[in-house]
Amino acid sequence: MDERMAKPLVIAGREIKSRLMMGTGKFSSPQVMAEALEASGAEIVTVALRRVEFGNPQDDIISQIDQQRYLLLPNTSGARDAQEAVRIARLARAASGWDWLKLEVTPEPNYLLPDPIETLKAAEILVKEGFVVLPYINADPVLAKRLQDAGCAAVMPLGSPIGSGRGIKTAEQIEIIVQQATVPVVVDAGLGLPSHVCQAFELGADAVLVNTAVAVAQDPVAMARSFRLAVESAAEAIAAGPMGQSGAASASSPLTGFLR
Amino acid sequence: MSGFYQIIESLEGSRPQNRIADCTTGQVKALLDHIRTGGQAGPEEMPRLVSPAASELLEPMAQLARAITARRFGKTIQMYAPLYISNHCTNSCLYCGFNIHNQIVRRTSGREEILAQARLLKGRHLGQLLLVSGECPSQVGVELLEGTASDLKGMFPSLAIEVYPLDQEGYARLVQAGIDSLTIYQETYDRKLYAHVHPAGPKADYRNRLGAPERGAAAGFRQVGIGALLGLTDWRTESIYLAHHAAYLSRQYWRSQVAVSFPRLRPAAGGYQPEFPVSDRELVQMICAFRLLFPDASLVLSTREPAQLRDNLVGLGITKMSAGSKTAPGGYLDEHGAEGQFDVFDGRSVEEVAGMIRARGCDPVWKDWDRGFEG
Repeated sequence: MDERMAKPLVIAGREIKSRLMMGTGKFSSPQVMAEALEASGAEIVTVALRRVEFGNPQDDIISQIDQQRYLLLPNTSGARDAQEAVRIARLARAASGWDWLKLEVTPEPNYLLPDPIETLKAAEILVKEGFVVLPYINADPVLAKRLQDAGCAAVMPLGSPIGSGRGIKTAEQIEIIVQQATVPVVVDAGLGLPSHVCQAFELGADAVLVNTAVAVAQDPVAMARSFRLAVESAAEAIAAGPMGQSGAASASSPLTGFLR
Repeated sequence: MSGFYQIIESLEGSRPQNRIADCTTGQVKALLDHIRTGGQAGPEEMPRLVSPAASELLEPMAQLARAITARRFGKTIQMYAPLYISNHCTNSCLYCGFNIHNQIVRRTSGREEILAQARLLKGRHLGQLLLVSGECPSQVGVELLEGTASDLKGMFPSLAIEVYPLDQEGYARLVQAGIDSLTIYQETYDRKLYAHVHPAGPKADYRNRLGAPERGAAAGFRQVGIGALLGLTDWRTESIYLAHHAAYLSRQYWRSQVAVSFPRLRPAAGGYQPEFPVSDRELVQMICAFRLLFPDASLVLSTREPAQLRDNLVGLGITKMSAGSKTAPGGYLDEHGAEGQFDVFDGRSVEEVAGMIRARGCDPVWKDWDRGFEG
């Protein structure tokens, strides 16, 4: 039996109650966002530093997130290189005390794909400065290992481009990342349906991050709940010991019976 | 001078606009299905999407445009306001209120006046400001723009400019000073018409203007906005050239986001009458066509458009809107001073427009960048 999902998720020594992480962008209002977070059961929520006034507790988005209850994971989306990511992370920590960071270096504004070179450079600097760094990466197993070596607390490979809802198009690479991981693997980006979440866990992911699929649903709160249920369902299924797949029907008489 | 100029020459040879009339609804349907199922489509498909055949499929185009917009941008609309610095201009564009020959009250705001207006706009929550000026470097030089940027960058997370074309070095100075976005419309891609409507002044140089977005992107602007002034000629043909321009910039300057605006000509001093007026229905078709081909482009609609149309375009491809705009220098302080560039159609306040956006199920976004990224 796979005990993985039965144990709590631990990132950087902290036990995390939910394996579903939520993003806070793209919602129709801060209030809807808050209700969706509640319904999702998430403990870790990301906030784009570019969108918020991080020194201001009255900020529309930050003021809706109870930091006693949620662990705020600010992200550096929009940073075009390591220097920009490091700079904004330092400023945000100085202003708000946040030392967990979702590192995003996305110089390409269309697919918002991460720059592996700059991400590694930034991670090396930020880890040394005491940040808990969770880097957003393409599903590149060697990059994932390099980031683990640099001291990242988790790796966040993408399933498909941000906001695409295409599901996990990088399954084979994610399996390798999982197989070689020494830190939690969080599948991030492209998860458009609860079934994609189930697939991520079936591939061996430790957690998932969802944003657009919930934010742009007709009923974001109901969709957040359904993602929570998908995470719970996947965890229970994995703990229950799945039957596994077989390519062909098994022969009713054993083929090696003659050996007895 | 301009890499895209070579593409213009080749398009002029191949005349893709000739394909517009032959498009059938079957071809348009096939393209919509392709896009709906996640297929990619490039600017060479623009003739199909702007064709009369596609106008019969405007509703499915709009449905698809809305879904694509939501996926990429969510239920949000970016808010900005223009701040006109000067209506002095050395050009004689036939359609523009700032035309050198128009007998209008001219004015250039000094840094103090700019700052006073900026404070007022900041008080209305706006975080994205577009600095606009006529082409008169002796009144509004790079130094004034640099100085203005340094005055304002502490107040506004994002500063954009819409001024006359500069060389790459000039743009680089402005990027360094804290301006992150550039808007510059070619007005028309038709070279003959361009020469006709821009008979004199530095703007008569088609190639120099065409190369400006490239120079800006090379200089490091995060966003580069382009557009054609709608009403000067056939909007369908302009859409094709504009689409090729957007695709060229995206490919060559992959770090800059492309923005596309859809300015329809408005009444202005000089009394120019558009020869090819674009109807609301045609404008919506054009916006949807751009969204279908450019899922990630910022699509911008200004207060040139009537309130009712703007309201209905929230989330339907459009992702960025101005509000409470004044188009004259000093206009936020003194309504009856200098002449505006054109008559604003949607005269509602910023708060009224934000309220409308919320009522339509979208969140107005005031801040989408942070000075903390920069050195």
